[in-house]
Amino acid sequence: MWDVLRAETLILRMGMRLLAVAAVMGVCSVHVMAVPKRVVSMNLCTDQLAMLMADEGQLVSVSHLASDPASSVMVTQAQRYAVNHGLAEEIFVMAPDMVFAGTYTSRASVAMLKRLGFRVEQFEPASSFEDIEKHILRMGELLGRPQRAKELIAEFHRRLAEARGGEALKRPLSALHYANSYTSGAGTLAAEVVDAAGLRNLGSELGLTGTSRLPLETIIISNPDIIAGERLAGEAPALAYETFQHPALKAILGGEPMTGVADKYWVCGGPFTAEAVAILNAARRKVVGQAHP
Amino acid sequence: MKFGLLVGLLVGLVGVLFCVSLGVGPAGLDPVTAFLGLIGIGNRAAELVMQEIRLPRAMLAILVGATLGLSGAVLQGYLRNPLADPGVLGIGASASLGAVLAIYTGLAALFPLALPLAAIGGALIAVSALLLLAGRHATPLMLILAGIAISSLATAFTSLALNLSPNPFAALEIVFWMLGSLTDRSMLHVWLSAPFIVLGCVLLFSLGRSLDALSLGPDVAASMGIRPDRVRLVAVLGTTSAVGAATAVSGTIGFVGLVVPHLLRPLVGSQPSRLLPVSALGGAAAVQAADIAVRVIAPGRDLKLGVLTAIVGAPFFLWLILEQRRRLV
Repeated sequence: MWDVLRAETLILRMGMRLLAVAAVMGVCSVHVMAVPKRVVSMNLCTDQLAMLMADEGQLVSVSHLASDPASSVMVTQAQRYAVNHGLAEEIFVMAPDMVFAGTYTSRASVAMLKRLGFRVEQFEPASSFEDIEKHILRMGELLGRPQRAKELIAEFHRRLAEARGGEALKRPLSALHYANSYTSGAGTLAAEVVDAAGLRNLGSELGLTGTSRLPLETIIISNPDIIAGERLAGEAPALAYETFQHPALKAILGGEPMTGVADKYWVCGGPFTAEAVAILNAARRKVVGQAHP
Repeated sequence: MKFGLLVGLLVGLVGVLFCVSLGVGPAGLDPVTAFLGLIGIGNRAAELVMQEIRLPRAMLAILVGATLGLSGAVLQGYLRNPLADPGVLGIGASASLGAVLAIYTGLAALFPLALPLAAIGGALIAVSALLLLAGRHATPLMLILAGIAISSLATAFTSLALNLSPNPFAALEIVFWMLGSLTDRSMLHVWLSAPFIVLGCVLLFSLGRSLDALSLGPDVAASMGIRPDRVRLVAVLGTTSAVGAATAVSGTIGFVGLVVPHLLRPLVGSQPSRLLPVSALGGAAAVQAADIAVRVIAPGRDLKLGVLTAIVGAPFFLWLILEQRRRLV
């Protein structure tokens, strides 16, 4: 009886030790692989961070969205890389030693690539300034460019500080109004941007979380000081955009255009997100009648 | 039931639902504020919500519903086919295709009237194809098969057009075109569709006496001076004008045109000239009720109208098929 138990304990202990050894080896292998030579990114957000940080020749390909001026702030830089569409087959033939992907996009392709033995590093969408810093640090570690990561974070802080300026006690109400009458509620990057710009976010005040619907009716009746969203120029038409042409919206804006914050500044988090803060802060100053400092 | 009483009851029902529809919405206005806003002496925000958001929505529900109920009754009477309705026959799907082409190519933005006109064009092609394929004396089965073929083809082209659009939202909007919605429609949509809907409905109403005569058989109708080719032309133009314009602003809303005439037929003694006005009223009430329900059941979810009408209508459709089969056996 005791022998059996001892034997089991032994086996368990050996198992544990093996696991520990494996873990150490794992750590080692991570360490050895730490500087990848052929990196492919298949998600707009990792595209931009990788382009900001990768060493010369280290990044091979970025997704097609990186060269879409509506979504990406780095269209010119993206021209230097091969384009992928997040398909496993495309990535496979590029033979990368590290793949960057988002946690929500191209899930089937990511699962396939993992099965094929590729090292896939997934990044959650950034939902706060803290996330942006974490992502930059992690990307820096993975690419073997920690110094560059620190520089970028410093740049982000500097740009944020510039963008903020001139906060008053009065915090005007701002409604974020996107296509299909969607808005950003509490816990989103956009909500933090609005907050940093010295504004109150209508979505958060109404108890909405994440990206959810905020009907035009509710915006009108809440009478916000600022209505902000993407001002779409030269985009292909869709019913989703009809809400921007609605007579009720035009009436409450009093003939002024909506405060245009391009999607590209906050669909992904990066140092460039500070630009969204700057735009909204300028709109706030206009509302409270504050001159530019 | 007395015809006058039935019409009165339905008018009352539509009126009550219209008022309820004006009172329902995410802004949560109390009735007094809502009423003052509607007549334009309340605060500015309430006025905008009532006049620019809720009023067009409630008006469109009535226009679209009346179109569907009336055209269903006319199609069922003219084709002498209990399964005929603009949705089943693919007229709605074809009108959607026309509207989709107008909107997503940017034509409707340059020239707003292109939207209802393109949808009417789509509907016209569908009806013509249907009459060519199945003819006036087609069996119900042939007609439904032709309708399914046209509907599938139009839906496929609609999906293709939406998928080819460079706009990332376009592909998702197939849901709107297949299930219909009146969310955040504006007065612009009312002005674009109402003239064509009214014109179409007037044409369809004018068919009452002819349909009465036709229900007695083609020979009797001919002896009463009814010209079948003229009736067909008016039915086609009326249906395409009204259904096309309605679909252009609301998407396709299924089952209303099928179910409403069936529910009301026993109450008017199967007389087409009496069925037409009550079906129009019944359709208006049905769509108005569905549009209230989508806002009450799932506020903030933007539930599509077709979801509700299908939940009520599809079981009815199945029952109708069983009835048909029993009659054929």
